[in-house]
Amino acid sequence: MRVPLSWLREYVDLPATETGRDVQAKLISAGLEVETVEQLGADLKGPLVVGQVLTIEELEGFKKPIRFCTVDVGRANGTGEPQEIVCGARNFAVGDKVVVVLPGATLPGGFSIAARKTYGKTSHGMICSGDELGMGDDGSHGIIVLPPEHEAGTDAIELLQLVDEVLDIAVTANRGDCLSIRGVAREAAIAYGRPLSDPALLDVPAPNAYGHPVKVSDPFGCDRFTARTVTGLDPEARSPIWLQRRLQKAGMRPISLAVDITNYVMIELGQPLHAYDRTRIQGAVGVRRAERGERLTTLDGVARTLSTEDLVITDDRGPIGLAGVMGGADTEIDDTEGTTTEVVIEAAHFDPVAIARTARRHKLGSEAARRFERGVDPQAASAAAQRTVDLLVLLAGGTADAGVTEVVAPSAPRTITIPADHPDKVAGVTYGRETVVRRLQQIGCDVYGTDELIVTVPSWRPDLADPNDLAEEVIRLEGYENLPSTLPRPLPGHGLTGRQRLHRRVGRALAGAGYVEAPNYPFLGTAAFDQLGLDADDPRRTVVTLVNPLSDEEPALRTTLLPGLLGALRRNDGRGGHDLALFETGLVFRPTGQEEAPARLPADRRPTREQLAALDAALPRQPRRVAVVLAGAREQAGWWGRGRPSDWADAVEAARTVAREAGAELIVRADQHAPWHPGRCAALYVRVDGEEILAGHAGELHPRVVKAMHLPERSCAMEVELDLLEQAGDGIVKAPRISAFPVATQDVALVVEKPVPAAEVEAALREGAGELLESIRLFDVYENAEQLGDGHKSLAYALRFRAPDRTLTVDEASAARDAAVALAGARTGAVLRG
Amino acid sequence: MSAPNKSYDPVEVEALKPEEIERLRDEALAAFAAADSLDALHEAKVAHTGPASPLSLANREIGALPPHAKADAGKRVGMARGAVNKALAARQGELEADRDARVLVEEAVDVTLPYDRVPAGARHPLTTLSERIEDVFVAMGYEVAEGPEAEAEWFNFDALNIGPDHPARSEHDTFFVRGADGADSGVVLRTHTSPVQARSMLTRELPIYVICPGRVYRTDELDATHTPVFHQVELLAIDEGLTMADLKGTLDHMVQMLFGEGMKTRLRPNFFPFTEPSAEMDMVCYVCRGASVGNPDRPCRTCSSEGWIELGGCGMVNRRVLVACGVDPEKYSGFAFGFGIERMLMFRHNVEDMRDMVEGDVRFTRPFGMEI
Repeated sequence: MRVPLSWLREYVDLPATETGRDVQAKLISAGLEVETVEQLGADLKGPLVVGQVLTIEELEGFKKPIRFCTVDVGRANGTGEPQEIVCGARNFAVGDKVVVVLPGATLPGGFSIAARKTYGKTSHGMICSGDELGMGDDGSHGIIVLPPEHEAGTDAIELLQLVDEVLDIAVTANRGDCLSIRGVAREAAIAYGRPLSDPALLDVPAPNAYGHPVKVSDPFGCDRFTARTVTGLDPEARSPIWLQRRLQKAGMRPISLAVDITNYVMIELGQPLHAYDRTRIQGAVGVRRAERGERLTTLDGVARTLSTEDLVITDDRGPIGLAGVMGGADTEIDDTEGTTTEVVIEAAHFDPVAIARTARRHKLGSEAARRFERGVDPQAASAAAQRTVDLLVLLAGGTADAGVTEVVAPSAPRTITIPADHPDKVAGVTYGRETVVRRLQQIGCDVYGTDELIVTVPSWRPDLADPNDLAEEVIRLEGYENLPSTLPRPLPGHGLTGRQRLHRRVGRALAGAGYVEAPNYPFLGTAAFDQLGLDADDPRRTVVTLVNPLSDEEPALRTTLLPGLLGALRRNDGRGGHDLALFETGLVFRPTGQEEAPARLPADRRPTREQLAALDAALPRQPRRVAVVLAGAREQAGWWGRGRPSDWADAVEAARTVAREAGAELIVRADQHAPWHPGRCAALYVRVDGEEILAGHAGELHPRVVKAMHLPERSCAMEVELDLLEQAGDGIVKAPRISAFPVATQDVALVVEKPVPAAEVEAALREGAGELLESIRLFDVYENAEQLGDGHKSLAYALRFRAPDRTLTVDEASAARDAAVALAGARTGAVLRG
Repeated sequence: MSAPNKSYDPVEVEALKPEEIERLRDEALAAFAAADSLDALHEAKVAHTGPASPLSLANREIGALPPHAKADAGKRVGMARGAVNKALAARQGELEADRDARVLVEEAVDVTLPYDRVPAGARHPLTTLSERIEDVFVAMGYEVAEGPEAEAEWFNFDALNIGPDHPARSEHDTFFVRGADGADSGVVLRTHTSPVQARSMLTRELPIYVICPGRVYRTDELDATHTPVFHQVELLAIDEGLTMADLKGTLDHMVQMLFGEGMKTRLRPNFFPFTEPSAEMDMVCYVCRGASVGNPDRPCRTCSSEGWIELGGCGMVNRRVLVACGVDPEKYSGFAFGFGIERMLMFRHNVEDMRDMVEGDVRFTRPFGMEI
């Protein structure tokens, strides 16, 4: 809402010295979000005067038509002689009154005017357009042609009201009343403690039976309808400058006198109005819901099929307007031909919900709908109609018809009962009854009672409905800045949950291992799955999709973290960082296929357990995952020696790092799973309640994926479901018993066939070695066809034996080793390397 | 001597003569002093203190002396050997110190060599800042509450007094989830973390003190100041007798914990459907502390010389929200606030472009390390 300060001052006697910024501060503190104060004409300097064009000489031979004019500017140029001015515009004729800026003046934007040579002539000033004067373009780009009554030489800065301040207020959804000068003036009056000259206080004739007939069939949708008629309008009449200027400052474009007047009154009083060309209405004006299949072409030229919920204005033929949203084209006031001489003014009050739905349904926002949605003062309708009639009579030479139609559905004033100390309890401040009552009265409430206050709220504040609404009015007027600062004392809390602590720990562990966290957007499209090489029936292709994605290419939510994280890898690589280790933790969205849209629940009571369960059943599964991606060197080369490229083992190790933080044992098995390299892919399992569950994968990416996604060669990745690891966690660590007796070390080298997984050999050794085994470590893997035979490998393990209560003998250690080797042999075919 | 000593061994023992012992001792001391290396010293040691050295031999001969001469000779030889061993040890010490000094000098390295074999990792500042804020409140007894990002509309809107026709509902720039066969799914990407507040009230025991951090979504295109995916932290306190003064005190405490002593907040009236009364909250600019206001010589970039930095929205929980979430509004009241982590990261750490926070460039993230 744009509020010119000059307009505001008309209704509140603000101190003359108050600037726009002062008013801004006061209103902000009262709760109106005044975002900016625009300084109109701040750097404007005259002389800027009315001129009358005396002669026009068309200059030939230039790329565009140019006029050399003489203009009478009265005594403004000091000589009284005609002013010679070169002008490129053509929308004026000899005798027209125009706005002339003379040398020595400065136009908005710091544009200094001096006599200068142009097109072979000397131009002593300029004939101005609205744009050049900072008035906003009226669409014509032409110069301003003034009504003829203004004297040449008159100061145009004053005439065009070029210097002003405009408050731009972001009105919140509850304060529809402040979408009017009247509403803002009321707030300013309270803030300054000055009286309000309410522009809605007008003498309005009593309703009678002679007005234009109106039939309201839906009194819930329309609880008030005032119709007034004005005849004998001069179709040639144009909006006077002051009216146009106020509309421009308020952000609207002047169109035609009748439309300008309805817009003007809407801005002034907040009441949307509609003017119909009376000759185009057939019969009574009606208000009802649209019938199925009815159509209406609105003022914007769009033919719309109406819903049975749409409130419409009708005449004998059918709908002639979408009530409270936009009028129809058929009954529009003719502002191009200028034939309209009789109008019917509609000032009505419509149900905010009906208007909001219609505006949304037809994607048709309008100034009227915006106000009705947020609440319009129903009591202001007849005053607004009267104000419109007065202006039409005054400015268009019309005659007010004696008929006054008013259809009003009965309603009672709204009251709220609150304890007198309710605002005190909400604020934590003792205001006292007297202050509470005074503040409520200031905003227009009637207040009765002592300990219990019965508060009748004003018609223009439909947002005041609950006790806290009234408390807020008192507290804001007493000043939020005066609230004290106290601290509540919560009960002792439980701290972070295990899941939350794990999430943090995993982040720290991965960062400690050199990974950099890179959270990514969850949006993706099928292209991402194609690049990953997922099969057509891969469950990761079953996605949650958005109705209104930012990009049609990426309408879905991620089912895996990899596309986003690999995108970040590629971005870093493209920016010249080639040695990369990134991680991300976040939710993925996995539809179950069982989601069902829940019934629409009311919000006026707690839903039942079943209803809440139905809400949750509508949601996809959203487990938390962690992923890493790697490329380039894991260890850099440097003065210390060679570097080491990251490889599949780093990816698996990252999974182990995560599992370690979760206290979960990770079971690693070879697997073939997109998008990983089929020979370098590990499936990662954990045990939950005794059952092995697949938790994720790690390894090197498939070369095709690397190519398709333009990733660095041999990029690696890991992704596991963190929530599963948490479930698999061991809980409290049991401290091991530390033996101080000496260790007995035994190394064994075992030859197995190549496909035998090392993990199985180690598991057999571990089991076979029994309780004396303290630790086992694979320290070498060796492949040599000549020595080992084709298709074999040698695994060398260091076994450490120790007893809790004695020094082991060589025989004891050897026996344990032999048992270990024997079991490995039996399970995996391993033989001791001879 | 008045008479010849009849008890003398008839054989005069040359080696045990005092002057001879002194000579042997002095030779040894000279040899040690002359030894210029540990090897040379070792040779001298063998020559002068070894089993075949004259002093050792002299020592052995003491036994052959008559008893009355033994003590005298023993004392003499013992003193000589003591002096020799002491000199040896001293010289050994000197030479070892020399050697050590030399070797350690030779082993010296350039300790200024850089070492970035495995470059350090880091956590994203949005994560760590969020945790930092959580910790402020966990220390006060609050708990951290979480919820789904794809959320039922009822939780995201209806329960928060944003009914289907509320103008605020359409101002939320919501991502809607497509239902089966294109039908209405009743699910959105949460536009704020407030649905977690609703879930907390429905599932937790009263009183409730929770902090709700998380990712939220709005249909804004990414640019220098907007991102469709961002992070919020919201707080909810429901208890008997909570007031706006408590809200103010809690906010003041938070900004003091995050920005230092003396920080404070300011409330300005505003409107949010889920709170009543509602307020916009600002904090004193932690850089200029207001000194830049009306002081063109000392402009402040952080607050644009406004003196205050806008933080977010807050208020007393609307009784309709309490009712929808099964909390008795006659008995309990509550306050809530919420703000964006991205914004706070921007002004707390001088981030100029929102895109830096979402692109995952390691050059941006690394300097933030593990905590913020």
